[in-house]
Amino acid sequence: MQFHTFSSPHVHNGNSVPAVMRDVLLAVSPGAALMVYFFGWGVFFNLLISSVTAVAAEALVVKLRGREVGPVLADHSALVTAVLLALALPPLVPWWVPFLGALFAIVLAKHLYGGLGYNPFNPAMVGFVMLLIAFPKQMTLWTPPAGLDQQRLDFTETAACIFTHRLPEGLDYDAVTLATPLDKVKTDLGTGRTLREILTAPTFGTLAGVGWEWANLAYLLGGLWLIHRRRIAWQIPAGMLGSLFLVSLVFYGYDSDNYASPLFHLLSGAAMLGAFFIATDPVTAATTPRGRLWYGAGIGLIVYVIRTWGGYPDGVAFGVLLMNMAAPTLDHYTQPRVYGARR
Amino acid sequence: MSYDFSRLHRFHGGLVLEEHKRESSETPIETLPLPDLLTLPLQQHIGEPATPMVRVGETVAKGQRLARPEGYVSVPIHAPTSGKIVAIGDFPVPHPSGLKAPCIVLEPDGEDRWCEPENPIEDYTALDPSALRNRIRDAGIVGLGGAGFPSFIKMNPATGRPIDLLVVNGAECEPWITCDDRLMRERAEAVVGGIHILLHALSAAQCAIAIEDNKPEAIAAMRRAVASVGDDRMQVVEIPTLYPSGGEKQLIYVLTGREVPSQGLPADIGIVCHNPGTIAAIHDAVVHHRPLISRIVTVTGDGVKRPANVEALIGTPMVDLIEHCGGYTPGADRLIMGGPMMGYALPEDDLPVIKTTNCLLVATRRTLPLPPPPRPCIRCGECERVCPARLLPQQLYWYAHARDFDRIQDYHLFDCIECGCCAHVCPSHIPLVQYYRYAKTEIWEIERERRKAEQARQRHEARLARLEREKREREERLKKKRKAVRTDGDRRKAEIAAALERARRKKAGGEAQGAATTPKAQGDD
Repeated sequence: MQFHTFSSPHVHNGNSVPAVMRDVLLAVSPGAALMVYFFGWGVFFNLLISSVTAVAAEALVVKLRGREVGPVLADHSALVTAVLLALALPPLVPWWVPFLGALFAIVLAKHLYGGLGYNPFNPAMVGFVMLLIAFPKQMTLWTPPAGLDQQRLDFTETAACIFTHRLPEGLDYDAVTLATPLDKVKTDLGTGRTLREILTAPTFGTLAGVGWEWANLAYLLGGLWLIHRRRIAWQIPAGMLGSLFLVSLVFYGYDSDNYASPLFHLLSGAAMLGAFFIATDPVTAATTPRGRLWYGAGIGLIVYVIRTWGGYPDGVAFGVLLMNMAAPTLDHYTQPRVYGARR
Repeated sequence: MSYDFSRLHRFHGGLVLEEHKRESSETPIETLPLPDLLTLPLQQHIGEPATPMVRVGETVAKGQRLARPEGYVSVPIHAPTSGKIVAIGDFPVPHPSGLKAPCIVLEPDGEDRWCEPENPIEDYTALDPSALRNRIRDAGIVGLGGAGFPSFIKMNPATGRPIDLLVVNGAECEPWITCDDRLMRERAEAVVGGIHILLHALSAAQCAIAIEDNKPEAIAAMRRAVASVGDDRMQVVEIPTLYPSGGEKQLIYVLTGREVPSQGLPADIGIVCHNPGTIAAIHDAVVHHRPLISRIVTVTGDGVKRPANVEALIGTPMVDLIEHCGGYTPGADRLIMGGPMMGYALPEDDLPVIKTTNCLLVATRRTLPLPPPPRPCIRCGECERVCPARLLPQQLYWYAHARDFDRIQDYHLFDCIECGCCAHVCPSHIPLVQYYRYAKTEIWEIERERRKAEQARQRHEARLARLEREKREREERLKKKRKAVRTDGDRRKAEIAAALERARRKKAGGEAQGAATTPKAQGDD
C-alpha cells in the first residue's frame, strides 16, 4: 500500500494567520464602534473607504506580481491595516485622504517590500505619517465628541462633507470641528496657562478627554482579550504603556502644572490603540521576548517626548516607525540564552 | 553529587498535546507469529553499518550473529529465528529518503532453534564494567526509544567524569505511542534488573525512573518492582505530562534543573539516560544471553482496525503487524514510523521493522489532515514561546530560507532537537523543522567540502614541496658530480704535466733513471 509522505510534525494546533487577523479585527471593533458613536459617521466612512481601497489595492498588486489573489486576500491582513489607519484619521477628512493613505500603505509600504511578512515598517503608520506630513490641515478635522457637539452632522450631511466638501447651510468647519484633548493641552500650555486651568475646559472628562477615555478603555479591553487568546505578545503593550506611565509620572510628580498626569497620557489619543493593535504588528516589531519589552518601552518614550515637546499632538505613529528601524538591532542584542549555553 | 527529585523543574516552552494513548495502551502485548521472510538492514543504528558474516544459502540458528560491527560506533546484527539466508543485497528500508540499503534476508525454517550462547555469564556483578559493556555491544543493543544510538557507548563515558545519576526515560511523551508504558506495566522486573546491571556497569549511585503522570499503571508497576528488590538507589519520579519531556535534555532539566552543555552529552554533567526498552534488552542480554532480536511496537491510529502493542521480530514486514491488528480502515492514508511529532512518514508498508521502530501510526485524514499551503512568516513568535531549546525559530527559519548558513549558526541551529513544537503552532503552517534539517544538511555538506578542499590543498602543497625537494637534490647531485669531474680533470692535467716533465728530464738527462709510470684512470669517488 502507498502512503502520503510529509515532513514531521504531522499534527498541528489549528492556528492560522487568517484566524489571528480575524481576532484582531474582532478585538478592535468595540473601540471602533465607540469611536463612531462619539465622533460621528465620519469614522465609519473612513473605515469603509480605507478598507475598500486597501483590499482592492492588495488584489491589484498581487495580480501584478503574478501571484494568486485569493489566498493572499484570505489572510485579512490588508483589512487590519486599513482599519488601523482609518481609526487614526480625523472623522471629517475628504474621501481622498483615507483613499491615498490606504493606497500608500498597501502598495508602497507593504507590497513594494514583498508583501505580508517582509515589510520593515508598519504599513498603516507609514500611510498615516505620509498623510500627516502631506496634508497637515486636513489631519486636524476632528469632530467634537458626542455630548459636546451642538451641530452633529447626520449620515447624509457627513457624506456630503466628505465627498463634496459641502457643509449644511450656515455651518463652517470651525462649527463642526474641535481640537482633540491632546492638541488642546499642547496649544494652551504654549500660551502660558497651567494644566489645572486647561483641564477645566468641557472637552476633558472624568479620566481624560471626553469620548477618548472610553474608546481607549475599549481598546484596552480588546487588547487584553488578544493577549488572553495569545494573538499578540504581552511584552509590547506592557513595555509601551509601562514606559509612558513611568515617564509621565516622573514629570507629573515634578511639575503637575505643566505636565499631564499618567492617566491622561494612557487614555488619550492613540495610546491604547497603539499599544495593543499598532505596535503589536509582529512583522515590524522586535521578535525576542526581551526585545519586545524594549521595543514597546522605546515607543512609549517617543510618544511622551513628542506629545510633550514635539511638534505634533500625538506621537504613536512616529514612535512605532522609529522603533521599527530599531527592531533588528534589538533582536540581535536580546537573544535568549539557549538551553545548554553558558550562563 | 546526589539528587532528591522532591522539586521538579519546568523547561521552557513545550506543548500539551492530545494524547491518544488509550487506543493502544489497554491490552497486553501480543506476540506476532513467525513471518515468512525477515529482512535485516545492516544499519539499524547511528554509526557505521555492520558487515555480513554469513553467505547466501547458509543455515543459521536463532541468536546467531549475522553481521559484525564495523568501527567503534556500530553493533552486530543477529538472526531473529533459525532459518536460511536467502539473499544479501539492497532492499527498501524504513528511511525518510525512501532509498534501498544493504540487508540480509532470512527465511525462517519454523523451528525457532537457538544457537549455543557464546560465553554465558554466571554472575555479572563479578564482571568488570568493560566486560559488561562488550557483552551489551555483542548483543547488538541500541537505544530503543527511536534514536538507535549504540548503548554500550553511553556506558563508556569518554569524559572521564564519574556518573552520578542514571535516568530511565519512561516519559514516552509523544502522543499515540505506548510501547514503553506496556513494557513497564508487564515487564517491570526486567527493567529493574537492567537498572541493576547499569548501575553496576556505570558505578553510579542513583537512578531516577521518570514517567509522565498520564501513565499511572506504569508508575505503580515500576514502584512495586523497585520496592520488591528493596534497592534504595532507585526512585520512580512522576513528571508532568508535557511534550517533549522525553527529550533527553528536557528530561534531565525536569529532574535536576541542570542543563546539558550545548553540543555536549549528559555524561558531561555526570548523567546517563536510557530508555526502559533498552534497559530491559540489556537485562535479557546479560541474564538470559538473548541478543536484541525483537522489540515491542505500538501499532495504532485510526487507520488500523484494532490498535495494539505487538512484540515483533526485527525484520518482520510492517504489513504483517498491521494485518495482525486487523488491517487498515478505509481512508488510511498515512503511515508514520514513530510518533506524530518526530516520526517520519513512510511511502509504503512492505518495509521491515527495525530496532528503532517504536510505533507504526496509521492515520486517516481525519486525525492527520493534509497540511495547507504555507503562508509567509509574520514573526508572531509563537514558535519561540514553545521552543524547549529556547531558540528563536522564526530567526532560524529566516536565515535557512535565505541560505545564510553563517548567521543561522549564530542563532544556534545545532541546538535544535527537531521536536516539532514550533511547526505545530505556526499559524503560517511553515514546515519549520524541514528547513532546519535542510540547513543542517547543507552545513554538514559545506563542512565536508571544506575539509575535502583543505585535504586537496595540503596534498597539492606536499606535492609541490616534494617536487621542489627532488629538484634541489638532483641539482645538488649534479653539482657534486661536476665538481668531482673538475677535480678529476685537474689531477689528470697535473699527472700529464708531471709525465711530460719527467720525459723532458729523461730526454735532457740522456739516461733512463727508472720505469716510467703511465697515469692510471681514476674511478669516481
